[in-house]
Amino acid sequence: MAHRKPQAEMPKQAVEQRIHNFDEVALGYIEELALMEAGRCLNCPKPQCKKGCPVEVPIPEFIQLIKDHKFLEAAKKLKEKNALPAVCGRVCPQEEQCQKFCVLGVRGDPVGIGRLERYASDWERLNAKLESQTTLQISGKVAVVGSGPAGLTVAADLAKMGHKVTIFESLHTAGGVLMYGIPQFRLPKEIVQMEVEYVKSLGVELRLDSTVGLLSTIQELMNDGYDAVFIGSGAGLPNFLHVPGENLKGIYSANEFLIRTNLMKAYKFPEYDTPIRVGKNVGVVGAGNVAMDSARCALRLGAERVHIIYRRSREEMPARAEEAENAEEEGIEFNLLTNPVRFIGNERGFLEKVECVKQRLSEPDQSGRRRPEPIEGSNYTIDIDTAVIAIGQSPNPIIQQTTAGLQITRHGTIVVNEDTMQTAIPGVYAGGDVVSGAATVISAMGAGKKAAKAIHEYIITKALNGG
Amino acid sequence: MYGIVRKEKLTSNIKLFDVTAPAVAAKSRPGQFVILRIHERGERFPITIADANPKKGTVTIIFAEVGKSSTQLGKLEIGDSILNFSGPLGNATKIQEYGDILCVGGGVMAGALLYQEKALKKAGNRITTILGARSKDHIILEKELRKISDEFHIATDDGSEGHEGIAFLAEMLKEKKFSHAITIGPTSMQMIVSEMTRPYKIPTTVNLFPIMVDGTGMCGACRVTVGGETRFACVNGPDFDGHQVNYDELISRMRFYNPNEKIAMVLFDGGD
Repeated sequence: MAHRKPQAEMPKQAVEQRIHNFDEVALGYIEELALMEAGRCLNCPKPQCKKGCPVEVPIPEFIQLIKDHKFLEAAKKLKEKNALPAVCGRVCPQEEQCQKFCVLGVRGDPVGIGRLERYASDWERLNAKLESQTTLQISGKVAVVGSGPAGLTVAADLAKMGHKVTIFESLHTAGGVLMYGIPQFRLPKEIVQMEVEYVKSLGVELRLDSTVGLLSTIQELMNDGYDAVFIGSGAGLPNFLHVPGENLKGIYSANEFLIRTNLMKAYKFPEYDTPIRVGKNVGVVGAGNVAMDSARCALRLGAERVHIIYRRSREEMPARAEEAENAEEEGIEFNLLTNPVRFIGNERGFLEKVECVKQRLSEPDQSGRRRPEPIEGSNYTIDIDTAVIAIGQSPNPIIQQTTAGLQITRHGTIVVNEDTMQTAIPGVYAGGDVVSGAATVISAMGAGKKAAKAIHEYIITKALNGG
Repeated sequence: MYGIVRKEKLTSNIKLFDVTAPAVAAKSRPGQFVILRIHERGERFPITIADANPKKGTVTIIFAEVGKSSTQLGKLEIGDSILNFSGPLGNATKIQEYGDILCVGGGVMAGALLYQEKALKKAGNRITTILGARSKDHIILEKELRKISDEFHIATDDGSEGHEGIAFLAEMLKEKKFSHAITIGPTSMQMIVSEMTRPYKIPTTVNLFPIMVDGTGMCGACRVTVGGETRFACVNGPDFDGHQVNYDELISRMRFYNPNEKIAMVLFDGGD
């Protein structure tokens, strides 16, 4: 039977080759593979896959168009709901979303929805010209703070609904975490920029170098005639371990390490001006996607040995299985149930080693979580000259510091009504990592989508009530 | 793009620009900084704001040509543009009436010092300025700082003008009472001044200048230990209590990229 065929494998760059370059690891389907994979979709009368998609992508419909060789139409179908399909096709954890609900997954491999999404949007990028869209009526004016996945989604959706949207981005390039965080070999920056161009083609204005909170406050934007503001300023502030020696030279936050490498292209120093220093032995603390990205970057930047240092066991690793596998394939060493307690430097302040203590997991507590606890006397050191701390981020504090009336949690995240994403200030909405704490690209996009609907209703209602 | 409308050569390697950036000019306050990027392959680097003219929509920056990026910046002329000019970033210096205030500035930061002093003067303070420089030829803005100050001293490392070194401040502090001190300039100078004001319990504000990449609280490169805690200069500073800063760590961290900067500079000079 047709559906018993396994999912078509994604061609990848060979390990021995890819660890020396920043080119994309997963190469994407060729037409033949895409048709084969699309052919596996049963086009269920009640498609379950859609349930798993935070941005409501019409999954069976776009796959049908691929089956019919209508690749451009498939891409357009995706863009009806998703402004960033080439990004989502690459970095969404489909195994926990759409593909988790695919009925084929019950007995075998689910349809490779993400891979097909990537195929259709790549086909469009390579074969079709971007046309600027004209919206017929302009009803409201909306300011969007931050041009990451949440901000781009809000902007695209509102522009399609006929609103004039301006995005304020603090960096010199739009894309947020898609540009500074996720490495080139997982998400090429040219692709992010094409998606940004698409959002601009909908009539969205982009203002770079604009740190809202400092350049203009939320209140000033409202006074300037914006009907509503969406805050998607992301999870900026890096967390540290707060152990001795953490400010030695050679210790980076994952943010700094990835910003230098990805956004500033330090892997091309001195052709590009931003430097990065990576030694022979690198320790990356943490085991999420950011940790895997940092470890794999370190390898490509010339490290000989790269250690992941993580205090829990493999089951608790927050990284996508696929990313951990890629890292392991490339030779990253996993030091699990290992907790760093101290960084040790030389007399000139350079990192030389990290002292770790072995951990064991406790019996599950009331919440069912198994807590790591140190095994006394198990301390040992690992020789490293570079460390990357990838244990999460807190929300960027600038907007919270400069906006009176917002309700803030003790973690620094902004409190919103979960149905509308409205903050404690009427007309001001928020979504993405600044609300949820560090999470996924797609969940930020889902929040953006929800906010766009609510903002649209808010503006229409306001207009009906005479502003 | 941000156009350069005024350029002055203040010393052999210190230059002043007025840059058109109306939105930045409207919001700039003393103590804040901008992050620049000159071209598509350029790095992001911070410069402390030396003045702002909201009416003209210009921001004044003063910088020394010490590495590749600042040297490239110095080669730009009136009519040229800077690709990215993001600001104002960081928290503004707290301006209030202290009474007698000691202001110690050095090198290229004399411009940022003058910007602070203008606001402090307006707030009703009596200002004692010590302007430091490597030597006579490296002194900038002497006339302007002398004019705004109630008392004015010059100190040079080699004694070619004014006092030789900062040691005379110790004598001064024995005689004169200050209710506050600010210091902006080389980190080693800030450390020495803070050590000198400590015994007299003069609250001392230092405007720090660590390595930064984004300047908005993201990278953590600018982290400094203040009172035993890790703080980020960009979002928690750049002003800190000078008596609480771990200067040895800060100075050490600021040198991390020296080898890379040398490589970049050699290649840049070679290709010039």
